[in-house]
Amino acid sequence: MEYALQQLLNALAFGAEYALVALGLAVVFSIMGLVNFAYGEIIAASAYAVLLAVAVGLAAPLAAVGLAIAMGILASVLLERVAFRPVRRAPLTTGLLTAFGVSIVLQNLFQLFISPRPQALPLLNGLNQTLMVGPYAVSSLQLMQLATAIVAGGALVWFLNRTTLGIAMRAAAGDFATVRLQGIRADRVVAAAFALSGLLAGIAAVFVLARRGSVAPDMGFMLVLKAFVACVIGGFGSLAGAALGGMVLGFIEVGLLVLLPAEYGGIKETLTYCIVIALLLLRPEGLMGTRRELGDKEA
Amino acid sequence: MLKIEKLSVRYGTVHAVQDLDLAVAEGELVALLGPNGAGKSSTIEAIIGLVAAGGRVEMDGQDISRLPPELRIRRGLALSPEGRRVFAGLTVAENLRLAAATRRDRAGVRADTDRFMELFPVLRARMHQPAGTLSGGEQQMLAIARALMTRPRLLLLDEPSLGLAPRIVQRIFEVIAELKAGGMTILLVEQNAAHALRLADRAYVLGAGRLQYQGPARDLASDRLMSLYIGG
Ligand SMILES: Nc1ncnc2c1ncn2[C@@H]1O[C@H](COP(=O)(O)OP(=O)(O)OP(=O)(O)O)[C@@H](O)[C@H]1O
Ligand SMILES: [Mg+2]
Repeated sequence: MEYALQQLLNALAFGAEYALVALGLAVVFSIMGLVNFAYGEIIAASAYAVLLAVAVGLAAPLAAVGLAIAMGILASVLLERVAFRPVRRAPLTTGLLTAFGVSIVLQNLFQLFISPRPQALPLLNGLNQTLMVGPYAVSSLQLMQLATAIVAGGALVWFLNRTTLGIAMRAAAGDFATVRLQGIRADRVVAAAFALSGLLAGIAAVFVLARRGSVAPDMGFMLVLKAFVACVIGGFGSLAGAALGGMVLGFIEVGLLVLLPAEYGGIKETLTYCIVIALLLLRPEGLMGTRRELGDKEA
Repeated sequence: MLKIEKLSVRYGTVHAVQDLDLAVAEGELVALLGPNGAGKSSTIEAIIGLVAAGGRVEMDGQDISRLPPELRIRRGLALSPEGRRVFAGLTVAENLRLAAATRRDRAGVRADTDRFMELFPVLRARMHQPAGTLSGGEQQMLAIARALMTRPRLLLLDEPSLGLAPRIVQRIFEVIAELKAGGMTILLVEQNAAHALRLADRAYVLGAGRLQYQGPARDLASDRLMSLYIGG
């Protein structure tokens, strides 16, 4: 029982983290049609901001959380301004290549100016403690991840449905030109999407830091790759799909961890992607995506 | 109010509009006519800033041809686009709310919403329904209401009667007449030339991107129109 509960919390916590990062990707994609492959480096930038703050003597965990989030927003908005805005009207592949380029440049900057090797940063380790809830031992970090994902998801839904800027973002996902015909500045809507995305990156950075207790130039890479898979599972461009896809991926991974005998642990990733492929064969448009009519295939 | 000089729109090698001069004075209803592919929508989109164009577009004597669409809206232009382009996933209320996004007069917005509900009673019952679920006629009414919500001084209407039942077309033209009576300046693109010319003060006829005719709507409403459309 305790083991099952522990694994359920595990799955929810992993799922929540994937869902947060997937939402960060989807917010930008739904409006710009851009898969921001530099997203992992925004997460890393947030973590490095904390590293630098600690280096100059600031060592309050709460301030570090605020700093990471602020840096996520700043880095994301700044990247949009200097890298993505100039290619906004270019074909989508140009944006994709730009994102890859930015990703590599940022990783190199971290390597060059800080270090190519991981740097210890235990400041936020305190977030990750074992709590006793009744007879059960649970990780405070996992509970926080779950709670944060629920709050962030709820806040996002509220923002998108109740504020004019949020409604404009939903409208822009379908027809950006017509949003401009309402007198709404295109740059504002895009900047808001990147700010939102950066905010989620900052939160993700806090969790990654608390778990691994160190920073590294490629620390965001695997997470963003997983989040990308979550977006594909959920249906690219759908925010609800991104959140759901993240959760599904969390459950697949933890489920396999539980079901596979320890000596087969090495094929966990392989099996994960087999399941993902099977899901996509069943629903090629993703769980929450809309089906596009492409005609019948000749037999 | 609006003055266009030597407007040209090109898509690759296609000259959609060439050297077009056009003017709309305050309070006028001007019809822009022409067969399919004549360049009417391209002209409208160049005026509002959705397509890049050569030449000059002036609003109130000021050159606006370098401004993005959102700033042209703020100068008092608004467009009800061809194909309506309502935000399908947003409710009727949300569609109107976006159009009011740049306005600060909350009371005025509420008053306008009420006015549009009176102008188009079918919208009132559908305020919280996704715009994508509205019928074509209802979507057209929403598109016009949405354009009016930005408080334009010059309203651009691109084929507001396209694909609608005669009764709805009738209603749309009544509304256009009411707007004109209320002093609104309008540039109207229509396939339904006879109908448009009954309301218009002046008309321009485009053919293959070039100006074929301009003059009082009354003169054009005769058989001359037919020959223009067919022979040119
Ligand atoms: N985005 C585009 N790319 C390439 N060619 C275009 C584009 N938009 C319009 N055209 C071409 O420009 C010409 C004028 O098109 P436009 O839509 O302005 O005509 P229109 O007078 O509005 O026609 P309709 O009455 O059918 O709406 C057409 O030959 C059309 O094929
Ligand atoms: Mg047209």
